[in-house]
Amino acid sequence: MAQITLSNLRHSYRPDPADDDDYALKKIDLTWDDGGAYALLGPSGCGKSTLLNIISGLLVPSEGKILFDDRDVTALPPAKRNIAQVFQFPVIYDTMTVYDNLAFPLRNRGRDEDIVKRRVTAIAEMLEVTGMLSTRASNLSPDNKQKISMGRGLVREDVNVVMFDEPLTVIDPHLKWKLRSKLKELHQRVRATMIYVTHDQTEALTFADQVVVMQDGEIVQIGTPVDLFERPAHTFVGHFIGSPGMNVLPCEVKGGAAFFGGEQVALEGPAGGAADGKAEVGIRPEFVSVSTTGGGIAAHVRKVADIGRHKVVEAIAHDSRIHAILEGDAPNAGDAVMLDFKRSQTRLYKDGWLASRPEGDVR
Amino acid sequence: MKKLNQRAWLFVTPVLLLVAFNALIPMMTVVNYSVQETFGDNLFFWQGIDWFEQVLTSERFHKALGRQFLFTFLILIIEVPLGVAIALAMPRQGFWVPFCLVTMALPMLIPWNVVGAMWNIFTLPDIGLLGYFMNHTLGIPYDMTQNPFAAWVTIVIMDVWHWTSLVVLLAYAGLVSIPNAYYQAAEIDGASGWAVFRFIQLPKMKTVLTIAILLRFMDSFNIYTEPFVLTGGGPGNSTTLLSIDLVKIALGQFDLGPAAAMSLIYFAITLLVSWLFYTLMTMNDNKS
Repeated sequence: MAQITLSNLRHSYRPDPADDDDYALKKIDLTWDDGGAYALLGPSGCGKSTLLNIISGLLVPSEGKILFDDRDVTALPPAKRNIAQVFQFPVIYDTMTVYDNLAFPLRNRGRDEDIVKRRVTAIAEMLEVTGMLSTRASNLSPDNKQKISMGRGLVREDVNVVMFDEPLTVIDPHLKWKLRSKLKELHQRVRATMIYVTHDQTEALTFADQVVVMQDGEIVQIGTPVDLFERPAHTFVGHFIGSPGMNVLPCEVKGGAAFFGGEQVALEGPAGGAADGKAEVGIRPEFVSVSTTGGGIAAHVRKVADIGRHKVVEAIAHDSRIHAILEGDAPNAGDAVMLDFKRSQTRLYKDGWLASRPEGDVR
Repeated sequence: MKKLNQRAWLFVTPVLLLVAFNALIPMMTVVNYSVQETFGDNLFFWQGIDWFEQVLTSERFHKALGRQFLFTFLILIIEVPLGVAIALAMPRQGFWVPFCLVTMALPMLIPWNVVGAMWNIFTLPDIGLLGYFMNHTLGIPYDMTQNPFAAWVTIVIMDVWHWTSLVVLLAYAGLVSIPNAYYQAAEIDGASGWAVFRFIQLPKMKTVLTIAILLRFMDSFNIYTEPFVLTGGGPGNSTTLLSIDLVKIALGQFDLGPAAAMSLIYFAITLLVSWLFYTLMTMNDNKS
């Protein structure tokens, strides 16, 4: 168990990186608290797997240091770091039984056979695979194989961190849910630090206490699922989390007020940020209300999608597309409507970064 | 009543004809010869299983069969581990991959009798590069035309040179198909290099190695051209393998009956060993 600190981390797959574009990881400074459940969320190619492989030691960073508590492990190989990693595709040793698979990491470290037995039995119990212990691992279904991969990570006592690299990719949808709650349960039982890499927001938000959102090799925001949903620090987070994502509308800022297509939009509070730069208003579809009579911004409905729990209305106002999520009755395509933004949830972004503060916030 | 549709014959008949003309009919003529005696003029006399008895009890056949098994055993015991070792040593990516692959494939592209002729000239004591070097430079007596041991060493090395590449290429194909995550997981699990080979690489290569061993068994067990061109079965009968002996009986002595019986026995042994091997290798695959 340890706190993991990444300090001034940069990584490039090129031998002689010239500018920022050559870096897969641009500059990472981050601390993972001991025992936390973290998710690393971002689109494919954003550098999250690179970051994971650096923590596990499969990659050595071009620059910067990794500390486990106060120990510098930057140059240590994976076996010396006492970490565990579960990969996208289940890795099992085909010729061994489930028991031998689970025992493998312990036996490689020369543990006594009775310790091995105790640990394997305990882990098998936890993963509910006790009945399969004498089965050959190659005959298991993909979800059970993935369970065994996880088990091999958890079987060692006091692993510093267990990392999951999109572990549910090959699992059937109806089993994903089960494995995900299993993971959450495991985290509560073993209390090891866990880092879960995914590009799926549902997986990230259900698993983690803290979500780290990455884009283009940089960390954009770290926060609880609620933070990410309610106050995205960057328009990218707004887009990426939520379905559909945050509406981001071009606007002009004059005298501390925002104007969208000439109409004033009431912000949550005072606008800050750089004086110039591209200004945008961000509002989640959940906080846009649609009416035919009330005030707001005039728009016409382009289409309405009924997705079961609610309806997603796509409207056009001042040549911008605005999504609204409605429960119950919704207008029809082609209708003229008025859109109203909930003031406390209307944010201002400058050059992509959050620039408004809530009313009464005196930072 | 449902009308029977006979159209399936349209699809099956060509295959049946093909198999009949290239396998069944020629084989039945061999069966025909194996139970009869002929003195030419298309006159045949029924002989029963006499030829089979004669072949199976003849010392000459036992010796040729023994030599054949020894040869095949040596080939497999050298080529399979060597092929796997070379495949493991080959780069998995980068500039040298195509170079290695093409170099490996080259020996296999050379026709059998050319290989025999090449090695014949290469090893001749007075004019061959290797033969001259061994005898006149190093002073080690080496003459595959006179010494049975030298002859054996030469035909084995020749086959290793010619066919190890096949094992290499198949094993290599198995190796490159192993996802990187396996190696990474093994590294995290603290597995030694030997454990990685034993529990990841070898199991993943099992299917292709089964095929490789099967192909090398059948080819080496039926080998004819290369040793025939190199040593002609000599010196004496020391390198007279089964197929060389068979051709001597059939075409040299024109004993068609015994030759036919021997062909069938030969065929049965090849089939039996291949079947046994394949069954043993795959019997655990579906067991839980």
